[in-house]
Amino acid sequence: MTAFLSVRDLRVRFSTEDGVVKAVDGLSFDLERGRTLGIVGESGSGKSVTNLAVLGLHDPRTTEIDGEIVLDGQELTGAPESVLEKLRGNTMAMVFQDSLTALSPYYTVGRQIAEPYRKHTGASRREARLRAIEMLRRVGIPNPALRVDDYPHQFSGGMRQRAMIAMALVCDPELLIADEPTTALDVTVQAQILDLLKELQQQTGSAIVLITHDLGVVAHTVDELLVMYAGRAVERGPVREVLRSPQHPYTWGLLASMPSLTSDVDAPLVPVPGAPPSLLAPPPGCPFHPRCGYAAEVPGDRCRTERPELPPGRGSACHLPAERKRRNAAR
Amino acid sequence: MSCGKNCTPDALAVINKNLGLDQPVPVQYWHYMVGIFTGRDFSVGHCPAPCFGYSFSNQQPVWGTIVDRFPTTLSIALGGAAVFLTVGVGIGMLAAAFRGTWIDKVFSSLSLVGNALQIYFVGVIALAVFVSGLRWMDNPAYHPITEDPVKWFTGMLIPWLVLSIIFIANYSRMTRSQMIEQLTEDHVRTARAKGLGRRAVFFRYAWRGALAPIVTIFGIDLGSLFSGAVITEFTFSLHGLGRLAVSSVSETDLPTLMAVMLVGCTAIVVANIVVDAAYAAIDPRVRLA
Repeated sequence: MTAFLSVRDLRVRFSTEDGVVKAVDGLSFDLERGRTLGIVGESGSGKSVTNLAVLGLHDPRTTEIDGEIVLDGQELTGAPESVLEKLRGNTMAMVFQDSLTALSPYYTVGRQIAEPYRKHTGASRREARLRAIEMLRRVGIPNPALRVDDYPHQFSGGMRQRAMIAMALVCDPELLIADEPTTALDVTVQAQILDLLKELQQQTGSAIVLITHDLGVVAHTVDELLVMYAGRAVERGPVREVLRSPQHPYTWGLLASMPSLTSDVDAPLVPVPGAPPSLLAPPPGCPFHPRCGYAAEVPGDRCRTERPELPPGRGSACHLPAERKRRNAAR
Repeated sequence: MSCGKNCTPDALAVINKNLGLDQPVPVQYWHYMVGIFTGRDFSVGHCPAPCFGYSFSNQQPVWGTIVDRFPTTLSIALGGAAVFLTVGVGIGMLAAAFRGTWIDKVFSSLSLVGNALQIYFVGVIALAVFVSGLRWMDNPAYHPITEDPVKWFTGMLIPWLVLSIIFIANYSRMTRSQMIEQLTEDHVRTARAKGLGRRAVFFRYAWRGALAPIVTIFGIDLGSLFSGAVITEFTFSLHGLGRLAVSSVSETDLPTLMAVMLVGCTAIVVANIVVDAAYAAIDPRVRLA
């Protein structure tokens, strides 16, 4: 029995002038209907690339995708464009990060919401327009019957993001991928958008993948958490466990770099030292070892030579002994 | 200039008075500008509005010559523009749609070649092949469209095509690069994420974004074509404004030259206004609330 969305050993490579970029290098995860998976990691860790691969939005001329992406029993890697077109916007939909650039400036919000609905259901112009108004109402846009004829630039940032969610949900997708849906918004609007996603999920029972680099966003919205680093998953588990007792030094670093309500306001934030590795030539062994302060504790040269595996279920891809991981987590 | 080699000071004074050259320059300018709208009286008679003065070379009112020449220029400009806009943009879109394939490479190389060609070179070859050699058509000439549309068309066809070559090269390259840039835009990716097909994404979303810069350049090009396509007119012995401007320079026919310049400038200004109006139609963000 496979999960609703099952990604197995996904590898995404871009050929560039400088060489092959391994943007995603052997990633696996599962997601069930009605559940939310959070994917966190730095910029360039492969979060967005993974999800563009699920929708099949990479340029096949420059991108090589291996592995399995199975959605509801259907294999998506290597599926013909015609099959993917029927699924996109219909069974699986995506909410993008920057709603100002992600919505076309040339067409009204209503038209852009109605468009996938007409395409996937064959509805008439009138029906689709009514549906667009209904969707705008559902995502909490006041006066939807009037606002439906506005252009995106006439919406505020939060309203545009709501409109984008309305557009993604117009065909009641079973899988919704939200790629940093709140990054461009201020904090109160962020909370509203996240609540909206939760609420809509309860109504429709869809599966959500929430991509973010903000651990604060994750805590109250997702069920499972996947921490990515350099195109690989380094830690996985139920969100509470990962946040309360993180096992991977990178996750420790991420949490330490967050401001906390209980600590002294003047206490300096602790950044993860160093910079993300080049994906053209990732470090051998564990990709995090050049930035890891704990590599010396691992006997021998394992961090440099041996790639740690991520065990299924709760766990982390790290050579540190299990009890060492726990001790540090409890500090 | 109007007095010749054996000019006496007395004769010069008379001419100066008749031409109003004895008055201060601002006053002369004022008379000139007013004359355009109201007409002017000279010693030789009344020059009705719009009065650009009398030509030094044929002593006729300049405006009559302009009116006489303008339809030729208009025909060259509009017909040529229709050809290079449709063909140039079409090729550019085709190249963008098949980026990286042999179609793209063929058209890109052709556009480089086209860009290097010159009207007087291609024009002469076209005349030699189609007119003198194959005798498919007569020498290009202007026939008013109101008299004989077919003759107007055939008479203008070779100038249109030849004039278009460089423009086609430019427009296809510009369209291609604009389309390729647009295709990487976030909102185009969103359109694909909605499940729209390649065609809809290409024509509905990417094309709409590529339109504005093309319209800008087109407005400027069309405006300058209205003031005369000098080389085309010379190559095909057509008598339009461009040729008039050049001959008025060589004959030191200042009133005619000034008039042609004014018409040309007006055309460019009008073209720019039209472009600005077109922006609002293309991009809702430009519309005033």
